[in-house]
Order: sequence, then structure tokens, then C-alpha cells
Amino acid sequence: MSTPGERVLIKGNEAICRGAVDAGCQCFFGYPITPQNDIPEYMSKVMPNLGRVFVQAESEVAAANMLLGAAACGVRAMTSSSSPGISLKQEAISYMGGTELPAVIVNISRGGPGLGDIGPSQGDYYQAVKGGGHGDYRQLVLAPGTVQEAYDLIGKAFDLAFTYRNPVMLLGDAIIGQMMEPVTLGNPKDTGNKSPDLGWNLTGKGQRDPRLLKSLHLTDGALAGHNLHLRDKYASMEKDVLFENFLVDDAELIVVAFGSIGRIAKSTIRKLRASGKKVGLHRPITLFPFPSRELDKLAAVGKRFLTIEHNLGQMVDDVRLAVRKHADSDFYGHMPGNLPTPEDFEQPILAALGVNS
Amino acid sequence: MKNGKAAFTLPGVLADVPTHYCPGCQHGVAQRLVAECLDELALSEKAICIGSIGCSVFIYNYLKVDCVEAPHGRAPAVATGVKRARPEAAVFTYQGDGDLASIGMAETMHCANRGERVTIIFVNNTVYGMTGGQMAPTTMVGQRTTTCPGGRCADNEGEPIKMTEIIASLGGTAYAARVAVDSVKNVRAAKKAVRKAFEAPQNNLGLGFVEILATCPTNWKMTPVQANKRIAEELIPYFPLGTYKDLMWEQTAEGTEVEG
Repeated sequence: MSTPGERVLIKGNEAICRGAVDAGCQCFFGYPITPQNDIPEYMSKVMPNLGRVFVQAESEVAAANMLLGAAACGVRAMTSSSSPGISLKQEAISYMGGTELPAVIVNISRGGPGLGDIGPSQGDYYQAVKGGGHGDYRQLVLAPGTVQEAYDLIGKAFDLAFTYRNPVMLLGDAIIGQMMEPVTLGNPKDTGNKSPDLGWNLTGKGQRDPRLLKSLHLTDGALAGHNLHLRDKYASMEKDVLFENFLVDDAELIVVAFGSIGRIAKSTIRKLRASGKKVGLHRPITLFPFPSRELDKLAAVGKRFLTIEHNLGQMVDDVRLAVRKHADSDFYGHMPGNLPTPEDFEQPILAALGVNS
Repeated sequence: MKNGKAAFTLPGVLADVPTHYCPGCQHGVAQRLVAECLDELALSEKAICIGSIGCSVFIYNYLKVDCVEAPHGRAPAVATGVKRARPEAAVFTYQGDGDLASIGMAETMHCANRGERVTIIFVNNTVYGMTGGQMAPTTMVGQRTTTCPGGRCADNEGEPIKMTEIIASLGGTAYAARVAVDSVKNVRAAKKAVRKAFEAPQNNLGLGFVEILATCPTNWKMTPVQANKRIAEELIPYFPLGTYKDLMWEQTAEGTEVEG
């Protein structure tokens, strides 16, 4: 565990591990897949030394279901994977959504579809935000843009998981996972008591009535009631929306970009500002709940929008929905397989501004 | 009542409700055996049951213990997560043949191979029951189901999988046995096996596994009496009953004292 205030130079994947350990993660279930292998490797060293659980599962499917079991017990538990592995975890994520279990899933996403490549991509946005598993459920999705944020947000992911009894995904990519940056560590949480009675979790019934955690609702009307309850719960997550606005006040054009692409776009915007271009950045940090209200506010005062993503265009749908009463959004997609530089975004931004360079 | 003495009482952990099972189905017998063993071993207060898919799933309506529902085939992985998170709990799964031997084959074998300190109760009735009688990995060669209407053909669908033999071969298994509940004698033997399947992980020896050959008269299109006869005449010769691995017995034979 960390010493509070300690400053370290670490990779994004290690920051996620240290954040999880400091947040009191008691159980980690994983399976190797590039580019997130540092996570199970780190956890296999650290967790047993702390008297906590590390299991290398036989598959991503099994790892996600081990997570389901630990989450049903009410302990802080986590799994991590990368895109094709996350597809395999979707079955359990849907069940955890339906059963209302708190769990943290890390996706250090890579290029796709299929086996794709092992480089960065934002091609998993739809899967993360719209639900890659079956049925009408949502998961909270947090997208860090720096290694520091990766450390901070994994702790937040555990808190949100338990606040809402819901799966939470930390959506990074190969850039966030593999780059090194200085990180200030926080206050480790003492979650030594592994058997707290939270009122819903499985502890062995003892003297109380037995508890049942399930997602099967066969009685007439039971599933409808459950789905409406979930709808209200998802709506209540709005209060936990997170985003970064950068130089938006006087901007004519606002670039909307998340994660590592948001961070690269920020560099482009700094450069264009130096030559007097009125551009700003809106970077959603929670992808669900999406900062729709904030984007609507910006649209209402006449801003124009350009969504930049490392895919064919996925988040742009949510941006358009958010701003639709007042504006639209242009789109620029940088294809996975190529790591974008701040220069790559200059022409698309200038074009959206209506500037011929 | 005979001579003023109750001949038949309800185990405390068994809920006093009618089950939804079809007439002649032996899930009721299997679940009663589980209930009796939980009571006798005083495990119900620290038991956590993993419900699975198919007719087995409703076990949580009939046993008064903490329970979580697993996706199809994944109960042994869910049990692993529960047991690792809560090592003091008596964790068990209750699964059918489609769930355990088909979609969940990987989870079943790896859970056993890791020697998870959990109990797996495997009810084998050679058919997918709840979904309407389709072919299972344990369906007998020649047995007609809705997805092998001409009868299972070994050339096309392979031979029925013998799970107990497979599980017994894995290093982490402490106890593996196959029993049947078609006769009073076999039910008595089945009770002993279920009890040992709970004792083995409680004694920290590894995984406890028991396969229970049971009837599905509805999907076999038989009367309950015919179904019992099928178990004796057709299933048991192919799926031999017996204990395939028993570390408790081996330890006792070597003079090491064990509980139970």
C-alpha cells in the first residue's frame, strides 16, 4: 500500500493496480491479454503479500464469474482485460447489472474488431457505454486521460460500484496503460474487515433470514418492476457525472474527446490558441453517465462542436444527442493502428472552424 | 406416525413449500439429501449456495441458505469467487448435466483442478430438462431427444461424457462419487456420498464432487416407475456407481485422523 503523498513515476497499468490496492480491493481475478498484462502480473505479486486474493482464471469468462461471486459477498473485487477479453466478460457483466452487484472491470482496450492489434483504440466505446452484454442495463464508465487520473479514478470506481450496487468499468487504452508519468499517491483505505454485513450481501445466513441474489424474475410484472427500478437508479447516477472543460468560455468551436485522445487534443488546442484560434476542449470523464447536460449548456450559448475519436465514430452519437436542440457535431476519426500526434488533429480542427490553412 | 414417533420430518433448512418439479422428478430427492446433510453437518448458517441454470436453478426456493445465481455453466467459477472472498463459508453448487458437462465443462474442470474447497452437486438426468428435452453431453447413445430425434449417434454427437471419472482424475479433487436415487438402497448410499462431498472441502482436502443419476420422466416420456427402471437397467451399466476418489478414506486408511 502507498504512503500518502508519495510521488512515483509509474506506468498507467501499475497506477491502476496501486489505486485498486489503496482503495481496499480484496480480490483480483484475471487472465493475460496484451496490453494489460502488467495488471495481473503486479496483482499476483502484491495481493498475496497483503493477505488478499489473486486468482489467474482459466479464461476471461471464468474471471468475470469469479468477480460475480466475490461481488455477491460484498467485498471489493476487480478484474481486468483488453477488448477481446472484455467481450468474453460481457455475460457476467450483464448478470451483475441484473443482480445489482458492485464490481470493477478494467478495460485497457486495443484495436479491433476481432483480434485487431495490440495498439491503442477507442473502438470499445459502444460496448462499454451502450452495454456489450444482453438486456437493458447500464454500467458506469470512467475514462482516465492521464496516469494520475487512472490512479484516482480506480478508487472512485470502487466507491461508485458500492454506492449504486452496479458494475463500473474503467475504460483506458494502450496509451494510458503503457505510458509512464509521475503520480501522487493518496490515502490507502483500511478495508481489513472482509465480512461486513451490508444488508444485502452473502455472508452465510447465521441467525437471520436467508438472502438471494438473482437476476431471474419470472413472476408476472416482476421483471418490469425491476427494470423500472434500474431505470431510476441509472437516472440518479447523473449527479456523479465528471468532465473537464478547457478554454471553453470564449471558444467558438469545442472539441469533444475522451481518454488519451482528449489529452492529445488538449495539446493541439494549446498550440492553436497560441495562434489566436478560438478553440476549447470538453473531455467527458464519465462516459456513462454522459455529460449531456453540460454539452447542452454549451450548445445553448452558440458553441459549435467537433468530436474526435480513435475509431469510426461512436461517442459522436452521444454528443449529437446532447447538443441536438441547438447544434450538431462534426466528426474526425483517427484510425486505430496509428498513434495520433497533436499535429494530426490540427487540420480537422481548422476545417471545423472554417479556416483554410 | 408409528408408535407415536415421527417417521419422516422436514430438515430445518428445507423450506416447507410445494416444489415446481414434474411428477416423478428426482430433483426433490436430491435436494432433500443436500438439506439433510447441511443440517447434520450444521452447515446451513455458513452455507452459500450457487444456483445454476435449468430446473436446478430453483434450489434457492427450497433451501433456506444464502444463495447467488450464476450464468449457465459458470457456477464453479462463481463458487471460486465466493469461497476466495469468504473462506469461512461452506460453498456449494447445484447443477444439471447441460450446465456442468457442456457449457460449463471448463469451469468445472478447472475449479476441481485448483482444488477449490467447494462442493459440487451434479444431477445427471441425461437431458436438458427445463428447455424442453434437448440432447445433453450425457444423453445415452440411441436416446431420442428433441435435438437428436433419431437417437444420439456416437459418430455424430460423441459418447455420453463420464464426468465423475474425469473429475476424479484431477489433482485438486478430494472426493468424487457417482450415485443414483432410483431405489431406497441407492438413496441411502447417495446420502453418504453427498455428506462426504460436503465434508471433504470442510476438512480442507480439496473439492467434493457427487454425481447423482436422476430421472426426468417428462422428457424421457416415461412413467416414474419406468424412469426408475431405466436408471437401473440402462444408465447404471454405462455410468457405474461408486466412489472414484476419496482422500478422507485414504487418509484414514493411512492412520491420519479426520473428522466426520
